[in-house]
Amino acid sequence: MVRFTLNQQTQDVQSAPETPLLWVLRDELGLTGTKFGCGMALCGACTVYLDGEAVRACTTPLSAVSGKAVTTVEALENDRVGRAVQQAWVETSVAQCGYCQAGQIMSAVALLKATPKPTDEQIDEGMSGNICRCGTYVRIREAVKLASGRLAGGARS
Amino acid sequence: MNTRDKFSELSGVQRRHFLQATAGGLSLAVGLGGEVWAQGVVKKYGADSMPGGTVDNPLVFVSIAPDGLVTILAHRAEMGTGVRTSLPMVVADEMEARWDRVKVVQADSDEARFGNQNVDGSRSVRHFFVPMRRVGAAARQMLEAAAAARWGVPVGQVRAMQHEVLHTPSGRRLGYGELAAEAAKQPVPKGEALKLKSPKDFRYIGKGQVRVVDLQDIGRGKALYGIDARQPDMVFAVVARAPVVGAKVRTVTGREKALAVPGVLKLVDIPAYSGAPVFQPLGGVAVVARNTWAAMQGRAALQIEWDDGPNGSYDSVQYRKTLEAAARAPGKMLRNDGDALDAWKGAPEGRRVQAEYYIPHLAHASMEPPSATARVSADKAEIWTSVQNPHAARDGAAKALGLKLEQVTLHNLLLGGAFGRKSKPDYVTEAVLVAKTMEGRPVKLTWTREDDIHADYLHTVSVEHLEAVLGADGMPQSWLHRTVAPTISSLFQQGAMGEGPSEVGMTAINVPFVIPNVRIETGDVPAHTRIGWFRSVFNIPHAFAVQCFVAELAKAAGRDHKEYLLALIGPPRKINPTTLGDSWNYTESPERYPIDTGRMRDVVEAAARGARWGRKLPKGHGLGLAFAYSFMSYTATVVEVAVNDKGEVHVVAVDMALDCGPQVNPERIRAQMQGGAIMGLSLALMSEITFEKGRVQQGNFNDYVVMRHYEAPRTIRTHLVNDNIDVPPGGVGEPPVPPVAPALANAIFAATGKRMRDLPIRQVV
Repeated sequence: MVRFTLNQQTQDVQSAPETPLLWVLRDELGLTGTKFGCGMALCGACTVYLDGEAVRACTTPLSAVSGKAVTTVEALENDRVGRAVQQAWVETSVAQCGYCQAGQIMSAVALLKATPKPTDEQIDEGMSGNICRCGTYVRIREAVKLASGRLAGGARS
Repeated sequence: MNTRDKFSELSGVQRRHFLQATAGGLSLAVGLGGEVWAQGVVKKYGADSMPGGTVDNPLVFVSIAPDGLVTILAHRAEMGTGVRTSLPMVVADEMEARWDRVKVVQADSDEARFGNQNVDGSRSVRHFFVPMRRVGAAARQMLEAAAAARWGVPVGQVRAMQHEVLHTPSGRRLGYGELAAEAAKQPVPKGEALKLKSPKDFRYIGKGQVRVVDLQDIGRGKALYGIDARQPDMVFAVVARAPVVGAKVRTVTGREKALAVPGVLKLVDIPAYSGAPVFQPLGGVAVVARNTWAAMQGRAALQIEWDDGPNGSYDSVQYRKTLEAAARAPGKMLRNDGDALDAWKGAPEGRRVQAEYYIPHLAHASMEPPSATARVSADKAEIWTSVQNPHAARDGAAKALGLKLEQVTLHNLLLGGAFGRKSKPDYVTEAVLVAKTMEGRPVKLTWTREDDIHADYLHTVSVEHLEAVLGADGMPQSWLHRTVAPTISSLFQQGAMGEGPSEVGMTAINVPFVIPNVRIETGDVPAHTRIGWFRSVFNIPHAFAVQCFVAELAKAAGRDHKEYLLALIGPPRKINPTTLGDSWNYTESPERYPIDTGRMRDVVEAAARGARWGRKLPKGHGLGLAFAYSFMSYTATVVEVAVNDKGEVHVVAVDMALDCGPQVNPERIRAQMQGGAIMGLSLALMSEITFEKGRVQQGNFNDYVVMRHYEAPRTIRTHLVNDNIDVPPGGVGEPPVPPVAPALANAIFAATGKRMRDLPIRQVV
């Protein structure tokens, strides 16, 4: 059994310790906001936070989260930066199919926490691990800047 | 709302009665574009030619609760174009419903009830804009009639407005909720009695102010895609699938080892298909487990020896030679104006131009891999999935299970991208075949990314051979286009070869250029894999070749590309596509949808203006232009590239112009244009599927490369041209793609003098 904190609640899981966190979340715990896209940490659709750091759940074994805190997109609205980014994503109408966007938003929040006023190059760097096949990159950049501006202005969304 | 509630809603809501009345099954054939032939046979076009046609009965699509909440069914699936919002928005506008009091619910698969549900071919708005206007207008008039009856006043004195009906002389009002029950008993207005709004009264159509309905849920991880389906007691499966199309299992070893993997429950053999591939599973062994990961581990323990069959030697390097040989020999003649062969023979060497272009196989690689969940019992099946063609999926499942269509229910969730892949529901049939062995226990079957790329219905692979003879004025006197590619028909008919009308009808046979001698040919080459539709389909290779070749001719003639292109398009006129040998015309009536060269010119001018064509550029920069006419819409693109000393290509900006006729949701149209630009650049610069020993050589995003954030242009300017409600609607999802790759190649030529004739360009020239 592996015990960890999931979205601020204690969670016990019986799956084999080598099982990637992604499949524990999706198949065992029913949290489907974290998406499967590649299984090789190539696309970013499964981005979650492990003790606050953005990681790819598809290559993070369950054993690696033992005793740690996992945050998924479902809990993002409890966070000020999370809410600002979600709101910016809506106002910019970023999503097309929307499948990758939970992962994009998770990466954008991580970027803005580390770099509140990112340059275009820093946005490139922070967001290039997340693939969007619909091609929403222009609007992602716009939404990151919108959220950044809002947060710098101290606005609470 | 939690996930469970959402799923019960999916199954429950459609049993409610719409407008609280029994649905009378009123299905009006919308009188668009039927043409009576001499023999008295009506040739059907457009929506009327599609299975299920159109339905415009408000009792089917609209319900109003006593509190006034209006529920509108979206019968077309959402894969990213916004149609799940746009069509209900059209209904809401016509019926004067307030959008904040509207709830959109996704319809199950039922074409007899809802009309055609196949979201393929950029047809949703094209075919359902007018029927959905009729749905909304009829609902509005029924509400007005109910209010007039209640008040005992002539209907001419009442007016529906923003969720209420107003009695104009007295100022009395009744809300939609109060009128719903009586409105449902009113006759459905039709024919002359049905009054569509005047476009000047539109509140949502054409405004671009309505956001897609799933936007909030998407950002919170609460939007449900096919792969997110959950049912109580569900188990999970993956398939060890034939690695070569047509391969059959010879021996399986390691079954015990697979079953010994913790969590693995069962192995299920899936038979290889017979006959043409169509949408049948490739066959193999399914592994059922307590979670997807355990199923994958079980699969890894299996060793399967395959009898590869006749496609086992498919090799992309060799096949290119086959394509080139066919492209250099006389082919099957499809259009012949004048005598292009004679013109070529008689021309001096200096006036001849020829070029050959190569466009490889492409995988769709939608971010959501194929997945389907099924529960099967002796006399019924229930499916949760994400498919473009729910009817084909349901029909395929019913046939595979030996059930009647009515015994199979299919709930279509959001599609996490599709691009044509999810028109082929082989994964749904796999899921029901596995679920059939599970005694009623639901099974979610998921494809890994490797499964998706290895067993896609790929975009074709093509060699395009073009020849032209230039006249003394530099304009072409003759044009020969020989297009050679394995055909999509091979999916449905074993051994089919040569491009068919729907393939050459995409930018090959129907070039509208002012050239006296035009010859279009196709060559016969066999297909060795499953060839399918990929966003904009055969327009990709054809537009790449045609639009690059025009730039090559302009160069040979020493003329500005844009001026040359406009001269080739010629003056504004409407061309009946049948006069160009195009019998297909995207299934639309040639009278209703002629090729309008004026609109073609307009988009070229708009893209060029947006990019400030002709301006002085920094060193290493170049502008490239291309246009395309596809899916009844007109697009042109200008790409600006910067190529550095190392030959690295950087896309600086894209200008895209589109004329799709009426613009229902301009904001979503612009989104499709931005996305189409990225997909076009992605396929032009980096993506390629190759085969060796019958097997796809790529497997994930490390070797099947698609565009990432840092590679994308920071500027994509979209130019919507000629918003015109008086012309029939064109498509939006696919048309942005075809002009992008040739515009990019033309830009690289402008920057470097190097002509890119092979895709992908691979970012370094």
